[in-house]
Amino acid sequence: MRSPGNAPSALLALEHIAKHFGRVDALVDASLQARPGTVHALLGENGAGKTTLMRIAFGELRPDSGATRVGGKAVQLASPADALARGIGMVHQHFTAVPAMTVAENVALASGTRGRFRPVEARARVAELCEEVGFTLDPDAVAAGLSVGMQQRLEIVKALARGARVLILDEPTAVLAPAEAEDLLAMLRRFASRGNAAVIITHKLHEALSVADDITVLRHGRTTLSTLATGTDAEQLTVAMLGESSDVAVPRRGSAARTADEVVIETHDLVLTDDRGVTRVRGVTLGVRAGEILGVAGVEGAGQHELLRALAGRLKPTAGSLRTPERIGFVPADRHRDALVLDFTLAENVALAGAGAARGRMRWPAIERRTGELLSRYGIVASGVRAPASSLSGGNQQKLVLARELDGAPHALVAENPTRGLDIAATAALQRHLLDARDAGMAIVLYSSDLDEVLALADRLVVMFEGRATEVTLDREAAGRAMLGAA
Amino acid sequence: MSWLRRAAIVALISSLALTALWLALHLAGLDATRALAALWDGSFGSAYALTSSTLVRATPLILTGLAVAIAFRAGVWNIGAEGQLLAGAATAAAVGLFATPASGALTVVVALAVGALAGALWAWIAAYLRNRFGVLEVISTIMLNFVALYAVGYLVRGPLQEPTHIYPQSEPLPALAQLPRLIEGSRLHWGFVLAVVAAPVAWWVLRHTAAGFRVRAVGQNPGAARVAGMVDVQRTTMGVFLVSGALAGLAGAIELTGVTFALYENVSPGYGYTAIAVALLAGLDPLGVLATGLLFGALEAGALSMQREAAVPAVVVNVVEALLVLLVLAVAKWRGGSAMLARLAGAGSGAGEDGSTPAGGRGGTGRENVGPGAQPSGDKRVGAAG
Repeated sequence: MRSPGNAPSALLALEHIAKHFGRVDALVDASLQARPGTVHALLGENGAGKTTLMRIAFGELRPDSGATRVGGKAVQLASPADALARGIGMVHQHFTAVPAMTVAENVALASGTRGRFRPVEARARVAELCEEVGFTLDPDAVAAGLSVGMQQRLEIVKALARGARVLILDEPTAVLAPAEAEDLLAMLRRFASRGNAAVIITHKLHEALSVADDITVLRHGRTTLSTLATGTDAEQLTVAMLGESSDVAVPRRGSAARTADEVVIETHDLVLTDDRGVTRVRGVTLGVRAGEILGVAGVEGAGQHELLRALAGRLKPTAGSLRTPERIGFVPADRHRDALVLDFTLAENVALAGAGAARGRMRWPAIERRTGELLSRYGIVASGVRAPASSLSGGNQQKLVLARELDGAPHALVAENPTRGLDIAATAALQRHLLDARDAGMAIVLYSSDLDEVLALADRLVVMFEGRATEVTLDREAAGRAMLGAA
Repeated sequence: MSWLRRAAIVALISSLALTALWLALHLAGLDATRALAALWDGSFGSAYALTSSTLVRATPLILTGLAVAIAFRAGVWNIGAEGQLLAGAATAAAVGLFATPASGALTVVVALAVGALAGALWAWIAAYLRNRFGVLEVISTIMLNFVALYAVGYLVRGPLQEPTHIYPQSEPLPALAQLPRLIEGSRLHWGFVLAVVAAPVAWWVLRHTAAGFRVRAVGQNPGAARVAGMVDVQRTTMGVFLVSGALAGLAGAIELTGVTFALYENVSPGYGYTAIAVALLAGLDPLGVLATGLLFGALEAGALSMQREAAVPAVVVNVVEALLVLLVLAVAKWRGGSAMLARLAGAGSGAGEDGSTPAGGRGGTGRENVGPGAQPSGDKRVGAAG
């Protein structure tokens, strides 16, 4: 394998970094060199140490050993402020804007403006920075009202305002629609072409291969591959990420025709409004049959979030008719906010489903037994049924949610981004469970922001655009067009 | 945190606080040893001090402590136990004063029931304002405390004033409206038994019933309770407000029918506020409230004797109480032991993020995410990556 660049020319070089948290070795021997003029992809499974390595690069964490060089000079980054002062900026998965402030105010705040706040200059600065990297962002928009994609742009502008020459982005495309993701990646290319470097953390192989110049792969805290993107392929990257013996099966789509099966979920001219009274779904008519997976696709905010909640019986229709079965499972997109009580035990979290309808006493011994069965049946790694949910890894938390929602064989299951943020092995396990449930005759509605996942699992596909649903063929191009409103 | 460990921590913190008290008194040039001895004599020093002073003081503290603990467990920040207690005391007084001998032994039972109902009604106002208009109960319950206080002030100068119209207080309740003594010759009444029974019942309900489980789920994560559990969050918080208010109202009714026998403005020396300290020190655990209620009862009983015997102002004990709560919150924050307490201790860092829900938006009025223990919203939180 070739090593891209040589140390002195790298804008940012991390050499043989080790870092442990308690008894866990997050990083053992990780190295990465971000050359000027390149987009660099940092690949790895969940827990491989990608984010830890980048937090060290951003001065949020101190390495146990190893060297950090900025522009060839050895440095010890004491804090993010220190990193920013040296031209290293980072965009986290969770955004850090002040919701009540405008874009221009947020940028001024981040760039450490002292003394008087000059709105005109602040606005001009935002326009100038946007121009530089080639995207648009309204300086007067209030941060709280921005879409996720726009919030991400704001975070990038904030970093640029501090004069960042190395921009680190943690899973930047995870929250974006395909078109938005393409815009972002084009923007990063443009940023890099001015002699800067962008490092994106990702676990999407095709993204790394199509966008990056250089690729670094981490596995169990070690750099297992460091190469030019042109000098590698998906197979080599997979091996570097998972090790030689990886036998992760990609689920195959089922084929059985099921037109005769019973329609379990049915809507007619369904209209839905969100918490703020904004109409999100404008007249959707669809049916989901037993034994099929209805895939839903759509760009962020197209109404799929509300549609899924309604189909799961969690949101009342504003108008139109909605028929859902009595027993229906729901896997919401944000498990920490909507699915789990992190301080509760696993058994208590299992009991949470149906808590609203429960009467009388809680039969804890029985609930704990059932939880134990679910843990073994779904291969959930936990220290016991009384362990707090917060002690589980993200993948195991999500498996617990799915296990709970599938427990008791409900008639239908609605899942919103069930594999987001999970590593390849956990994703495959979850997808297998979904397919098993379908084959057992359950009606399943699946939304994923990863269009390829929907295409791989769904039997039929509807695409949401501006609150309306269109059924399209299971075809990447057709779906992509429909997501942008071009039917 | 295990029971034993928590008890050990509270014991350690208590001795720390008492040592600090001794030092402070000593440095102030007072006879610190004598003061602490008087504190002991007045609380546990004799059978009479224990039954007539400590346990009598502990009774309203346990009941209001339970009221606060249950509310806080549900994320209902009821600071209004004091007002709910006064509402209970005033209505119990009215029932007792207007009772006729014909109502007989039932009079005191009716007085207690009506007092609890009045407390629940007083809390209902704040609950309604929260559910309907999103009014923060931290504000509304405190305000209602003042309304209750001045309402009692009006009653004892108006409709319920004693016949001579000289003193701002009611006539003493007739014997049939008084709680019977638990131990003859002491001031300890049957209300103490109610308080002692209420604590394990509250614990059992929270731990072993569906309703209690909903309360805990709503308190820990209203989003998950609503979405995953399909729990009616507003209904649950309404229920908690009512139960919390009823417990505080019952405390007031018991205080009136068991201790003071007459209504006057200062019928409560701030039990409803001390209750917050009692609940927090207990880690919001109903069984813990039993212990910390007794501890605070002893401290307050001892304070009076300390003032008599050693000329140390009784309010010094309030400083000790405050110190205890601060230490407990600090320990909770440091150990991350009780999640709810840790969140209370970390209120400063959590509260600022309430508004940051641009993408998802909260349900209903979005109200249940606000409060001292609000969790940082996790809209964009994706499972640990990298």
